[in-house]
Amino acid sequence: MSNAPVDAGRRRFLTWSTAVVGGVGVGYAAVPFISSWNPSAKAKAAGAPVEVNVSKIEPGQLLRVEWRGKPVWIVSRPQSVLDNLDKIGSQLRDPNSEEPQQPEYAQNSYRSLKPELLVSVGLCTHLGCSPTYLPGSFEEQVQGVEYGFFCPCHGSKFDMAGRVFQGVPAPLNLVVPPHYYVDENTILIGNDGGESV
Amino acid sequence: MKGLLNWIDERIPLTKTYNKHVGQYPTPINFNFWYIFGFIAMIVLVNQILTGIWLTMNYNPSGEGAFASVEYIMRDVDYGWLLRYMHSTGASAFFVVIYLHMYRGLIYGSYQKPRELIWLFGMLIFLVLMAEAFMGYLLPWGQMSYWGAQVIISLFGAIPFIGDDLTLWIRGDYVISGATLNRFFSLHVIALPLVLVMLVFLHIVALHEVGSNNPDGIEIKENKDENGWPKDGIPFHPYFTVKDLAAIVGFLFFFAWVMFFVPEGGGYLLEAPNFEAANPLKTPEHIAPVWYFTPFYAILRAVPDKLMGVAMMGLSIAVLFVLPWLDRCKVKSIRYRSIWHKLNIAQFVICFVVLGILGALPSTPMLTLLARITSFGYFAYFILLFIYSKNEATKPVPERVTR
Amino acid sequence: MKRLLIALLALIPTIALAAGSGVKLDKANYDLHDKASLQSGAALFMNYCFACHSTQYQRYNRVAEDLSIPLDLMQENLIFTGVKVGQLMENAMQADDAAAWFGAPAPDLTLVARVRGADWIYTYLRSFYADETRPFGVNNLVFPSVGMPHVLEELQGVPSIKEELRMIDGEEHAVVTGIESDGSGEMSADEYDQAVLDLVNFLVYSGEPIQLERKRLGYWVMGFLAIFFVFSYLLKKEYWRDVH
Repeated sequence: MSNAPVDAGRRRFLTWSTAVVGGVGVGYAAVPFISSWNPSAKAKAAGAPVEVNVSKIEPGQLLRVEWRGKPVWIVSRPQSVLDNLDKIGSQLRDPNSEEPQQPEYAQNSYRSLKPELLVSVGLCTHLGCSPTYLPGSFEEQVQGVEYGFFCPCHGSKFDMAGRVFQGVPAPLNLVVPPHYYVDENTILIGNDGGESV
Repeated sequence: MKGLLNWIDERIPLTKTYNKHVGQYPTPINFNFWYIFGFIAMIVLVNQILTGIWLTMNYNPSGEGAFASVEYIMRDVDYGWLLRYMHSTGASAFFVVIYLHMYRGLIYGSYQKPRELIWLFGMLIFLVLMAEAFMGYLLPWGQMSYWGAQVIISLFGAIPFIGDDLTLWIRGDYVISGATLNRFFSLHVIALPLVLVMLVFLHIVALHEVGSNNPDGIEIKENKDENGWPKDGIPFHPYFTVKDLAAIVGFLFFFAWVMFFVPEGGGYLLEAPNFEAANPLKTPEHIAPVWYFTPFYAILRAVPDKLMGVAMMGLSIAVLFVLPWLDRCKVKSIRYRSIWHKLNIAQFVICFVVLGILGALPSTPMLTLLARITSFGYFAYFILLFIYSKNEATKPVPERVTR
Repeated sequence: MKRLLIALLALIPTIALAAGSGVKLDKANYDLHDKASLQSGAALFMNYCFACHSTQYQRYNRVAEDLSIPLDLMQENLIFTGVKVGQLMENAMQADDAAAWFGAPAPDLTLVARVRGADWIYTYLRSFYADETRPFGVNNLVFPSVGMPHVLEELQGVPSIKEELRMIDGEEHAVVTGIESDGSGEMSADEYDQAVLDLVNFLVYSGEPIQLERKRLGYWVMGFLAIFFVFSYLLKKEYWRDVH
């Protein structure tokens, strides 16, 4: 060991700068490991937008399609149901859809593009069960409301716009997926028409 | 912070362990270039384990899906191609580093008393690493994977009496099949890495117990100052952490060059036929093992008898295990040994490299002759060493290390 | 010692080269940066090769994206099997049928450029010649007794072998000097070579679609490591002042 004086400043500078440069390197080295957990091209292809033909849907009927492995409901709401939507606001957690559970274009009193057709991901916002559609028999759950969705797992209740009732475990309204009308009778689910596939 | 450290130290010997192995580990001051490869091998091992874990997430170990899943990783998974190339380039890099590390041990007598166990653990690491690499090479399920494994497993068939049953048992089928792939996968990703990590641990524990050798082959522990610190030693940290850091970065520079610009290594790292899915009905025209097995493969082919060939190949690796007892010289480093020893090492290295080249080439009568000569040279090293080392005319070894 | 090692290492390519044999391959000067060539190669592949050969490890939309082909154009003009753009490029021909028709199933070509090399494909596709003794009326200089017809004949015309008598070891031998088309194809000889080169370009791309990105990233990583090395080397120097 020599007894030459140590330039502490230079040593500290080099230690820190090497550590910083090395840290940047480690950070970038982590990128491939983290990125590889993203959905692969295969998963993305399997989760590609789904086209649904709605020409044959009857009033009151629920059409179930799969998108990204999740059930998506397309419900044709009769006029009586639509009329009722505004009246039950006081019983709901988020009657005006202020939480971002839907695309901007569905942030209206029907939570949909066309009033008569509801498009919604059929998974409860509590713990992910799929609620049961109760057409005409929902009154057992909520007085004075004939149509609605009831989650069998923990009893959460949703109205015909997918809005959650008060006093149930689910915190948020059902999710409205991005979708748009390719033509009069065809809905594309998974893409809102603004971006390319 | 101090309080937390004390709390831990009262429960496990954290500071003590750190000081023994890093902070206060006396490292010979005269370490040269050859001493960086042990540390680099550790880094490569970490790379292999990490990328291996990540590849396993998308790999499909089945005869039907393996090949396609590798291409899935190469194309559909984000950065999957990079993880795969890191792993495949890392496999070759591991052997480059290990061979250089072993060469270092060879020339400076690092296997001699009292470091026999370090050498033995090291040899076990080498052996497990070869098994690990061989089984890993089957996983892409390409033509070379398949036929390479076919050839190597058939070697066991040369063993008298039990050979045929043994190969059947290893394959778990009448040919190499999904069953073989599955067991190799399991061993490759779990069993052998565990063994490898444990052996590396033992290798280092044994090293730090007796202390590191050095290019002069002097025991630095025999020359201590009044505080009991070896006069020719400096603490591992910070001096060798910063030195090894620079070495690692230099190594990674070359590693990155291969990985990003020549990941196939001209067909030596990733062989062209392996981009074709395994086909049990069609053998590639020329089967060569991956480069790191070629020296031993050349010895196998040099012998015109199946059983003897396998035996000689086994012996060529087994003889390395007993090296500490074959070398009976009291002087360790090549620096102070006789000219005969230097020549012997030189011819050994030449034979080893030539065997490596020959093992990658198709055999012709001319090349087979050359392979026999170099195989002879390979074994002659050990025989000659045993003969002359007892009464070798060595040079005087200095008291203190040279700088 | 070290010099000897280097000399030996330098020997490897020469020995390896000496070990190769067969027809001399023409160099395929493909260019992965040339999007027009890649697009034309993809179109040729889909029109002439895809009826029998799949590229089942790659996806239509990835090819479209990498080759700058708009998705709707891809869907309309290059996807003949009617599948979605996100699908793998598999084809409808059953392996069994193919084996019955051609004697062997047509191999998947995703990775053919990595198995055979670009030069091989480039030479192979330009080495068909008329040979009445073969089932499809053609043979190939690079791949003797080839089991597939000359699919690109309508582009190249009917190729025949050019021979020349030469004295070898004191005897006259007919030596093959090349391939010549009868001119009945849609393309001139140069145009045909270019078309084949485009096709090779596409297959090289298919073999490793990430190739360009890999190299681009490589420069960054090596640049970073070079800088990091300077820092770590200076740090090492600084600490080792204590020792020297």
